[in-house]
Amino acid sequence: MSSPIRSLRDSGVIIWRQLIQLPRIPEVLIFALIQPVMFVLLFRYVFGGAIQTPGESYVNYLMPGIFAQTVAFGAVASGIGLAEDLRRGIIDRFRSLPMSRSAVLVGRTVSDLVRNAAVVAVMMGVGLLVGFRPSGSVGAIILAFALLFLTSFAFSWIGVVIALSLKTVEAVQSAGFIWLFPLTFASSAFVPTDSMPSWLQGFAVNQPFTVVVNAVRALFLAQPVGTLVWQALAWMIGITAVMIPLATRQYRRRTG
Amino acid sequence: MTDIAVRAEGVSKSFGKTLALRNIDLEVPRGIVFGLLGPNGSGKSTTVRILATLLQPDTGIATVDGIDVVKHPDKVRQRIGLAGQYAAVDEYLTGRENLVMFGRLSGMSKSDARARADELLHQFDLADAADRVSKGYSGGMRRRLDLASSLMARPPILFLDEPTTGLDPRSRLALWQTIQGLVTDGITVLLTTQYLEEADRLAQRIAVLDKGDVIAVGSPGELKARVGGESVEVAVVRPADLDTATRILAASASEAPRVDVERNRVIAAVADGAAAMARVSGAIAEAGIATEDLALRRPTLDEVFLSLTGHTAEDEDEEPAA
Repeated sequence: MSSPIRSLRDSGVIIWRQLIQLPRIPEVLIFALIQPVMFVLLFRYVFGGAIQTPGESYVNYLMPGIFAQTVAFGAVASGIGLAEDLRRGIIDRFRSLPMSRSAVLVGRTVSDLVRNAAVVAVMMGVGLLVGFRPSGSVGAIILAFALLFLTSFAFSWIGVVIALSLKTVEAVQSAGFIWLFPLTFASSAFVPTDSMPSWLQGFAVNQPFTVVVNAVRALFLAQPVGTLVWQALAWMIGITAVMIPLATRQYRRRTG
Repeated sequence: MTDIAVRAEGVSKSFGKTLALRNIDLEVPRGIVFGLLGPNGSGKSTTVRILATLLQPDTGIATVDGIDVVKHPDKVRQRIGLAGQYAAVDEYLTGRENLVMFGRLSGMSKSDARARADELLHQFDLADAADRVSKGYSGGMRRRLDLASSLMARPPILFLDEPTTGLDPRSRLALWQTIQGLVTDGITVLLTTQYLEEADRLAQRIAVLDKGDVIAVGSPGELKARVGGESVEVAVVRPADLDTATRILAASASEAPRVDVERNRVIAAVADGAAAMARVSGAIAEAGIATEDLALRRPTLDEVFLSLTGHTAEDEDEEPAA
């Protein structure tokens, strides 16, 4: 069998493996949902009243940020899942089989994308319940979701690189979260960046997570998009393009 | 096809400053069980990981079916199965799903993989549990599923890394019978173990590893002969019989019997284990001596090590993670 076809087929088998596991480890899915729901409740009802978002209700401002944060935090699950597989030795069995080398990592990131899509769908429902009213066109909203899924894919690869660079599952768990807090909070996801001190604004305005949030928000809320979508696409494609070879190299080193 | 299934020539491997394997040579003839015997940290798993293409040797050449494991790992992977401590099954999949997954990843079609999975589930006595998630399996069932997983694509060569470590005696016995059955089917098995009894029971040839060196190779009989072999031990019920028992034992022993008067026991080394045992038990019965215990004592791994290396087989340094 030619190698690209073999690679697709093997990735398909791994994706199947990950997806049938999902309902059997309900705690993973429940945790993946509880966290963004908590953030919605916390920001919508606790902090929201104190945050000024000119021109939009706070819940409309918040939800695109929540969606983006949800897919970004999916990177942690990707990393932990891979670290667990490495620890339990199932990766060793995969490596003793005449299967495609890339299938393990591709299968992981693609199945995590499917999981994140399901979580984002639920979060959309939660958003509507708490008053989120997107005004963008259907096409714009579809584009917003596509951008979120690309972000999910890019961030999963970051999680994979972290998992392959550290030795224990516990380390992957901690390291997987640490960088996400400054990235998602020092951004436009929850508060407008112009309320931040100027030294922080330089980072907050220009960092990729803010770019994604601004693009997704503009699409959902029928705001002028400008080059935001292109910038976000460039960032996410760029991150994926850097992370895939890095992950592949780490995978070879880790398992070679 | 050569008559050597697995060969290692001058294979060395270090992890950082730790030398895990020092220039080892191995030849595993086709169609037998070959035992790699040694304590933790002796290099058994490193050897298997190199032969199974999971690890590259620093020096030397390793071949499986005549194929170089470094140059053509994919061809080697089409010919091997790997089971044991380092090769896990997916605990959130059912037994059947695990088998089908590993079959598909070995290149089997969906229908072939399903049919083969059915066959193995029956053969390994897992049919009733086939559609249960393997997380709930007992230790013995998990090892059987692990073994079945490695057999999906009918590999001619099987690596079993400590297949019975941690199993209860009954499951261990059952697994031994299964492994013996595999060789009857023509599969070559390379198995690592810490248990002399296991190597003795299953393997036609054994290589003893110590701190990354192969320190002895031979049939179980040859190795035991080198170690000083077996002894017969008799415990009598009536202290008065101890003298007669000692005389009987002396007639079959290769050296003077040692008498333990307090425990009414006498023990003597014998050159021809089972035959000596038969002679002694015949003579004891003929003399009308009531015995509490009459047994053939085999040397333990500790004794093999003590005799081959001058030190016992206490766990050596933990094998470094790859």
